[in-house]
Amino acid sequence: MRNAFADEITNLGSADARVVLLSGDIGNKLFDKFKAAAPARFFNCGVAEANMMGVAAGMALCGLRPVIYTITPFTTTRCFEQIRVDACYHHVPVVIVGTGSGLSYAELGPTHHSCEDLAILRTLPGMTVVAPGDALELRLALRAALKHDGPVYMRIGKKGEPPIHNAEPAFEFGRAITVREGSDVCLIATGVMVATALAAAELLAARGIAARVESFHTVKPLDQARLREIFSGYSLAAVIEEHGRIGGLGGAIAEWRATQDAPRAKLIAFGTDDVFMHEVGSQDYARRKFGLTSENIVDRVAAGLDAR
Amino acid sequence: MSKTPDLKRLEQIARTVRARIVENSHKTQTPHLGSCLSCVDILVAAYFHVLRLDPRQPRDPDRDRFILSKGHGAPALFQVLALRGFYPEAMLASYGEDGGVFAEHPPTPEHLPGIEAATGSLGHGLPMGLGMAFAARIEKRNYNVIALLSDGECNEGSNWEAAMLAAAHQVERLAVIIDFNKWQATGRSEEVMMLDPLVEKWRAFGWNAQEIDGHDLAALTAVLSKLPDGSGKPVAIIAHTVKGKGVSFMEDDNNWHYRIPNAEEVAAAKKELAA
Repeated sequence: MRNAFADEITNLGSADARVVLLSGDIGNKLFDKFKAAAPARFFNCGVAEANMMGVAAGMALCGLRPVIYTITPFTTTRCFEQIRVDACYHHVPVVIVGTGSGLSYAELGPTHHSCEDLAILRTLPGMTVVAPGDALELRLALRAALKHDGPVYMRIGKKGEPPIHNAEPAFEFGRAITVREGSDVCLIATGVMVATALAAAELLAARGIAARVESFHTVKPLDQARLREIFSGYSLAAVIEEHGRIGGLGGAIAEWRATQDAPRAKLIAFGTDDVFMHEVGSQDYARRKFGLTSENIVDRVAAGLDAR
Repeated sequence: MSKTPDLKRLEQIARTVRARIVENSHKTQTPHLGSCLSCVDILVAAYFHVLRLDPRQPRDPDRDRFILSKGHGAPALFQVLALRGFYPEAMLASYGEDGGVFAEHPPTPEHLPGIEAATGSLGHGLPMGLGMAFAARIEKRNYNVIALLSDGECNEGSNWEAAMLAAAHQVERLAVIIDFNKWQATGRSEEVMMLDPLVEKWRAFGWNAQEIDGHDLAALTAVLSKLPDGSGKPVAIIAHTVKGKGVSFMEDDNNWHYRIPNAEEVAAAKKELAA
């Protein structure tokens, strides 16, 4: 995903002289092409994310389109107040990209995990919160973000995420994309978990269960029309995210569901537990630990359907 | 604006602004009087002599930018912007009223002409100002950016992050003014955190730093008119000021960070200010 980001931002920055890329001293060589294309519009802001966020807001107040890129916890929780005041209170078009989100950097330990970002960023007035499902969705989301009138937060993975689309889908913030049809259960996934949901749907099909899969790339604003259709049409819906079960997409949908008169579908949430992971492990290990595997999704969904 | 400052006029404006700030504090029961009075001369020098701007074109892309990073000085800025013609002085009658725009801190630029950044949380104005100065460079414009910070505000680490980045990029159209009134909310700014030596700190961070008397309108207009100053560095002006300046019984008395004057105190202050 990060290579797709570097490539797409180079394209967009070459086409639009207002695009500025700010990085927090990461991505060595990753942005060489952007730097070659627009040397005056690349800023390595050092290991100083609070200032970087303010700098970006100041640029946006002057009509530029700054894009901030660094590792997720440092561009979110580290400088949350700057995001709140400088970007959101001023409602300026700053695009904040968190790379290596969720458990991408599992082996680096909890300082580099981000299982809180969706939760805290979506509390900010006027903030759009996006988690593209693959490299293609990332490109589409970045294009949309640079046209959007207001701040956008985009959490992306690291590298090697499998593609989830065969062809380019229509993309719009707040409009979920159906990536697989199925009538027995609906799997609502965001970000890198869309691929896991698709794998789960494949396994469910082998058990005779037809699962629909939605890429809920936009966590805020929620696609309420899609949710109404899902929660009235299905008896079971599962939300899957590489994020804590507190306050992320699952939390957002639970909030929404609580306001509905008679939602038919029961909701199961897949996400990380309310703990820091103190043991060492790969991303796959961490996903297994928190039940974010297609096998676990299949088991719980099948059990949920049996319990109806 | 003319190159030679009309110091008598500036001094009169400063007296008027101070009197209005004191009156307004009493009328609206809003605090931060000491902090407002200490920066009046800086604001008057900037807005009435130095800054290249047209109140009728508050969003002119080539205007100089002034950011009141010490947002709690907003009651002073609001008076200065009205006198400068960004909005009718009569608008200030609604100060502090429910549903109005004048509160204890500057609103966003969308909500009041003349404001460049909404501040109030300290340590935000300089990073945003640096972004604006970078934007000038990217868009090949010649405007200057000045951020006014309080000494207490220098506690915030974000300022020092901005200072290092600005110096690395030799952002010579960026200036910071420290309203060095020697107090912060609850104590001497030298004691709460080790500020001393403040001018040496800015120098060490790569800025062309100098100390001036922050109530000397001739000195203020002279130094602020020389941006960029030819050093190739961002400029730090450590302005020595007196908290509560202009009203004898408020000067250097930190009780006036939060205290509101009563009617007799307003009358006494106005008498001293001959306003």
